[in-house]
Amino acid sequence: MVVCACNPSALEAEAGGSLQIQSQPGPHDDGAGVRGSHVDRQLLVHTMEELERTEVVLLACGSFNPITNMHLRLFELARDHMNSTGKYRVVKGIISPVGDAYKKKGLIPAHHRVTMAELATKTSGWVEVDPWESLQKEWVETVKVLRHHQERLEAGSCHQWQNSPEQEKPSRKRKWAEPRQNSTQKKPLQPNTKAAPQVKLLCGADLLESFGVPNLWKSEDIARILADYGLVCVTRAGSDAQKFIYESDVLWRHRHDIHLVNEWVTNDISSTKIRRALRRGQSIRYLVPDPVQEYIQEHGIYSAESEDRNLGVVLAPLQRNIEEDAS
Amino acid sequence: MEELERTEVVLLACGSFNPITNMHLRLFELARDHMNSTGKYRVVKGIISPVGDAYKKKGLIPAHHRVTMAELATKTSGWVEVDPWESLQKEWVETVKVLRHHQERLEAGSCHQWQNSPEQEKPSRKRKWAEPRQNSTQKKPLQPNTKAAPQVKLLCGADLLESFGVPNLWKSEDIARILADYGLVCVTRAGSDAQKFIYESDVLWRHRHDIHLVNEWVTNDISSTKIRRALRRGQSIRYLVPDPVQEYIQEHGIYSAESEDRNLGVVLAPLQRNIEEDAS
Repeated sequence: MVVCACNPSALEAEAGGSLQIQSQPGPHDDGAGVRGSHVDRQLLVHTMEELERTEVVLLACGSFNPITNMHLRLFELARDHMNSTGKYRVVKGIISPVGDAYKKKGLIPAHHRVTMAELATKTSGWVEVDPWESLQKEWVETVKVLRHHQERLEAGSCHQWQNSPEQEKPSRKRKWAEPRQNSTQKKPLQPNTKAAPQVKLLCGADLLESFGVPNLWKSEDIARILADYGLVCVTRAGSDAQKFIYESDVLWRHRHDIHLVNEWVTNDISSTKIRRALRRGQSIRYLVPDPVQEYIQEHGIYSAESEDRNLGVVLAPLQRNIEEDAS
Repeated sequence: MEELERTEVVLLACGSFNPITNMHLRLFELARDHMNSTGKYRVVKGIISPVGDAYKKKGLIPAHHRVTMAELATKTSGWVEVDPWESLQKEWVETVKVLRHHQERLEAGSCHQWQNSPEQEKPSRKRKWAEPRQNSTQKKPLQPNTKAAPQVKLLCGADLLESFGVPNLWKSEDIARILADYGLVCVTRAGSDAQKFIYESDVLWRHRHDIHLVNEWVTNDISSTKIRRALRRGQSIRYLVPDPVQEYIQEHGIYSAESEDRNLGVVLAPLQRNIEEDAS
């Protein structure tokens, strides 16, 4: 944590404080615009610390049916938390809406959900939408989505090294990617290559607790997600989440790969409630970004009928895991 | 036909708005949906009235910032606007007086409508009389075929309702006047607590039909206090307030540990005034 004697409030800041300290607040400042910084000394300490941090990309999988302000808040809370540990620097957020083949009740076509997420993140400086998962014909397990994005980042990192010889700076500290159990993953271990950022799965407590639903997850996938990538879980009931981790052997074993983030400004804006309000003709303004609200209005995509899509159909992961167990 | 029978309503929200948040904006949306769905009302406007600096609340930053942020927040709203009148007064203004000010202004506007537009006189249109008020000093435009002015109602959260019980914060005659002359639209997530509070207070019970409770099912804990706390700690407030408000706060650096200590140790204006008046 950067400490400046002339800014005593930094000393009082809790672990939740952002460490993206810049010399003066600007239009794209993602911190709180802390005043009164002294550029030279802070910049030096800041730079040294920066080089030791692991770069992180937060990946959120889900229905986003539709995306809401709560989803967007998860990213903000997670970034603040990870940055404030001093060990990480969150460089990107990715929203990956699930494909239609997931067959969840009420799930409207992916192209709408992707478009709304794009509208919602248009003005975000760091969160973007990736439609890859939604474009796949079959449902894709979460661990595979994580792997896809990690591999893409590593491929991008290799190309960076190949294309820009000036990246080789002997004075820069080397950053090794943390060891992974799955040896089939690529590891760019050329000297002086900047390591690719690490992808971590961003979620709410509901996903964490869904690990306990029979047949929803393959146990080896849960272990892989935690060991190879890690979880950043935003929850308002921190103690419930901790209890859940305690009561599960696989979660307990990987408890250091689970970062719990407290949501003090609670926010119950679930997509289910949004769809319910829409069916009842109630306003959803200020629960979702304005462009999303306007899009929903224009296209009339949610209704009692849309809510009955996939009625009686078995959810893809359940179907797949039951079939695989049977074979 | 139903449309003509509805009473037009203007929702007035008083408060610090220090700063305005998405929760404040939601109150208006929820209240409008509720009042319209009763079939008896038609909400035509929402007014945000930030309190003046003379209120002396701890952490209250200058009114011009709070008004500006509220204006930024409502720029894209088709029906909610900001009125700086209260914030411009030198002394703190009791809420009942703010309600009265806005009701009178609406009625003056309604009179002018009639005077300036003779085509308003439509014999086929049903007359709407303003509901009788206890305070006879208020103006009543009772010309035939004049469209009655909308009724102002106080929009609030459960915190304001429960603040009626804080000693010396409200004059009891003001509470009665607010309820009888205007009415309350109170948005709360704990409807039964609010009902219990009404039940336990004689004046609230007497006017229970003037209190419209609106359930907030999509709970939303975005208080201004939490926003200011997050800012002091360097945490993101994105998506808790409208983007233009977040950018304004960033640009002007208006919240800090120092700003939070404004009015430290100063007695809140209504407490000061009520204690002084009791003493005299």
